[in-house]
Amino acid sequence: MSESVESVWPRLEPLLPRVSKPIQYVGGELGAQVKGWDTAAVRWALMYPDAYEVGLPNQGIQILYEVLNEQPDVLAERTYAVWPDLEALMREHGVPQFTVDAHRPVGAFDLLGVSFATELGYTNLLTALDLAGIPLTATDRDERHPVVIAGGHAAFNPEPVAEFLDAVVLGDGEEAVLEITAIVRQWKAEGRPGGREELLSRLARTEAVYVPRFYDVDYLPDGRIQRVVPNRPDVPFRVHKRTTMDLDQWPYPKKPLVPLAETVHERYAVEIFRGCTRGCRFCQAGMITRPVRERSITTIGQMVADGLANSGFSEVGLLSLSSADHSEIGDICSGLADRYQGTNISLSLPSTRVDAFNVELAKELSRNGRRTGLTFAPEGGSERIRRVINKMVTEEDLIRTVVTAYTNGWRHVKLYFMCGLPTETDEDVLQIARLAHEVIRAGREATGSKDIRCTVSIGGFVPKPHTPFQWVGQTPPEVIDRRLQLLKQAINSDRSLGRAIGFRYHDGEPSLIEGLLSRGDRRVAAVIRKVWEEGGRVDGWSEHFSFQRWVDAAAAVLPAYGVDLDWYTTRERDEHEVLPWDHLDSGLDKDWLWQDWQDALAEVEQDDCRWTPCFDCGVCPSMGTEIQIGPSGRKLLPVTPV
Amino acid sequence: MRSVTINRKVARPTPPGGQAPVVQKVRLRYAKRGPVRFTSHRDFARALERALRRANIPVAFSQGFTPHPKISYASAAPTGVASEAEYVELGLQAPMDPAELATALDAALSPGLDVVEAVTVTTTDSLAERLVASRWRIELPGVEPAELARAVAAFEAAEEVAVARLTKQGRRQVDVRGAVVAITTGSASVPSGVDDVPCAIIECVVRQVTPSVRPDDILSGLQAVAGLTPPVPARATRLAQGPLTAQGEIADPLAADRRGMTAERVG
Repeated sequence: MSESVESVWPRLEPLLPRVSKPIQYVGGELGAQVKGWDTAAVRWALMYPDAYEVGLPNQGIQILYEVLNEQPDVLAERTYAVWPDLEALMREHGVPQFTVDAHRPVGAFDLLGVSFATELGYTNLLTALDLAGIPLTATDRDERHPVVIAGGHAAFNPEPVAEFLDAVVLGDGEEAVLEITAIVRQWKAEGRPGGREELLSRLARTEAVYVPRFYDVDYLPDGRIQRVVPNRPDVPFRVHKRTTMDLDQWPYPKKPLVPLAETVHERYAVEIFRGCTRGCRFCQAGMITRPVRERSITTIGQMVADGLANSGFSEVGLLSLSSADHSEIGDICSGLADRYQGTNISLSLPSTRVDAFNVELAKELSRNGRRTGLTFAPEGGSERIRRVINKMVTEEDLIRTVVTAYTNGWRHVKLYFMCGLPTETDEDVLQIARLAHEVIRAGREATGSKDIRCTVSIGGFVPKPHTPFQWVGQTPPEVIDRRLQLLKQAINSDRSLGRAIGFRYHDGEPSLIEGLLSRGDRRVAAVIRKVWEEGGRVDGWSEHFSFQRWVDAAAAVLPAYGVDLDWYTTRERDEHEVLPWDHLDSGLDKDWLWQDWQDALAEVEQDDCRWTPCFDCGVCPSMGTEIQIGPSGRKLLPVTPV
Repeated sequence: MRSVTINRKVARPTPPGGQAPVVQKVRLRYAKRGPVRFTSHRDFARALERALRRANIPVAFSQGFTPHPKISYASAAPTGVASEAEYVELGLQAPMDPAELATALDAALSPGLDVVEAVTVTTTDSLAERLVASRWRIELPGVEPAELARAVAAFEAAEEVAVARLTKQGRRQVDVRGAVVAITTGSASVPSGVDDVPCAIIECVVRQVTPSVRPDDILSGLQAVAGLTPPVPARATRLAQGPLTAQGEIADPLAADRRGMTAERVG
């Protein structure tokens, strides 16, 4: 195997004047690193499987890129999905999938790490593998090909793409990538004994890397899974997720990537904590990232100061799954607002918790004039459905919160809801209209102004693995579409109030496909492959997504297995069905998940374990982790601008 | 009753004032070289604002809820076209030596976006008024110089060369010939990428008109009059931009400000 590779840039450059937004393929971001190929013992290509404008700001990739490149003998470069216009030219001119850092061919790296935030990136993986000259089927690859390894939230059920993957990591990646690197480094230093098979088995033996080919899936005559078992003695029955403890030890990204191209987020983002135990039953992120681990106020302050100095960004985002829940969020917000007063730096807290405290924080952050939008997420229209999903918000809370926003000068708030939730009726959805009317009525009364608005934004609910709703039957698109039509009529039934309410929703069809990919098993790989072969590209983009292509592909390949699209989506599973991801351990106790599902049906709420006793979800004891929260009692000191 | 309503009305927050005024204006010439020629004008604007912050250059901001840095752009080269002569004007809220500013900003900008020169504004006419015309160099790998010379001769002989252009107002016909002050051809001192393949070169002076006539339009014009069809995309570079002299040459648009700076120092 050649140890030196040539840049594809001379062949790529003449193609760029012919494609849209060519700058996205050029690289050269501030913070990007290019290392000598021959100086590296282990080489990673990191992929975010969507367009550059979405992929570049991704925190996961930026963190792993920096962590890996800090190792003197490790080289990490990035690659993103190319748009169909460039893909066609690359095929015509024989240009392979490349990294944007040094424009090296992806096929030459030791590892290709792919971070799946959503399932709709699966076809983009196939495009990248094919352009890279890597066989789509993992078992067709040999020593010349990179080890294709997936991570990210969607990888908690990688079964639909298992056929295309050599390995999967569940959970936090910071330490996992270094351990994988060490194993690859050692194996290469030993002269690659046992080839690819041996390398994969060394990874699998850590019990923290899932190698799909080492597990067999048996099916029952009715199509359900009978069992998933290892097919060799040295790999574990269950693979466990990784949890990075003490986020202060991992203050990444330190040198954020600042692109020349326009991207979806143009800000320095700092993760103020990881994990969430609010216990919203629909929320996969909240379930699979437990426990809560806060970053300290002082580390946050330092990261923001350094991140702004290194990037020149004018906006800071304080990110997490529910940012207002940080134990010292008040001091963080006022400390940053003090520090950046009069500097034209804007601060934002993308929290959607329905709580007047949130308005206070937003007000504090907008002290120097820059106002960001306010979004609240009651998620469900009726109090009943909110008990089902464990979103503990009363109607009174919501109206008080929104009115507080209006009286503090916000003219417009966004309200986010879901449609298609378990046990949902038409009436639950119609309650959204009543709530919106109430919000406007109360807002007008409190402000004496007609110049206030709200936007009702609706997403389709998709049942996700490792949540209490993993067993539910997904609501069919036609039911969702009908309910949304009813809701639209109900909102506009009062013309005066209706005029002040914007209504945004997506039709239910893409959600059904997301449902298929979320809870699918290995047989779904044939659907993904078929869609890709039929031209399915960049499925996360509505102008490229074709529902019909997915339906047709499912109809073409699934009947051979005795199952169909509905079987994977709208079918409710029973307690004892083996789920495709049961051998992948997120730490959540399956019995607890089932009990929480029963509690949902009984409309019983579950409090947060940060301020009430442990409710035995199973994560901490099985993962050896603990809740890490403040308050630390420390303050954020002003930093004098240099 | 009316007064009750007014009393309950909540005062909207007023925009915070206090943005410091502009005390000095600086004009920059910068180049866009190599791969970063694929930046669009908007990409460059974002990169410039961030570089100004990283370099701690005291740019003034507009007043209002969303203050914007005081930066004026003038006739940017199209995406994909390299340039040795792009111009931008900055308003500063604290005085700064233009040479120091150029050095600091150049260090903060990406390689390929290079600050060539900075001068303090000592005149009153706008930058845009001075950028009357540009000199472009267009490299055509794979095109025989003789073939190009014939096409250019046909182009020069034409009274008018209309090409279709997509503008904000939709498709419209633009006369390319009228904007071209001078056009000459040459051949390759540049590598064309493939051995024994010629590379013809156009150099032309084009007046700044609306809608603007860009290198692509010149090539469309050559195709229209002589059927010239380059086998691979051309590579264009803006070499100079500024006032047009009586001899049809491009003058330095910063010369007047530079003279003013010298006069101030002497005075």
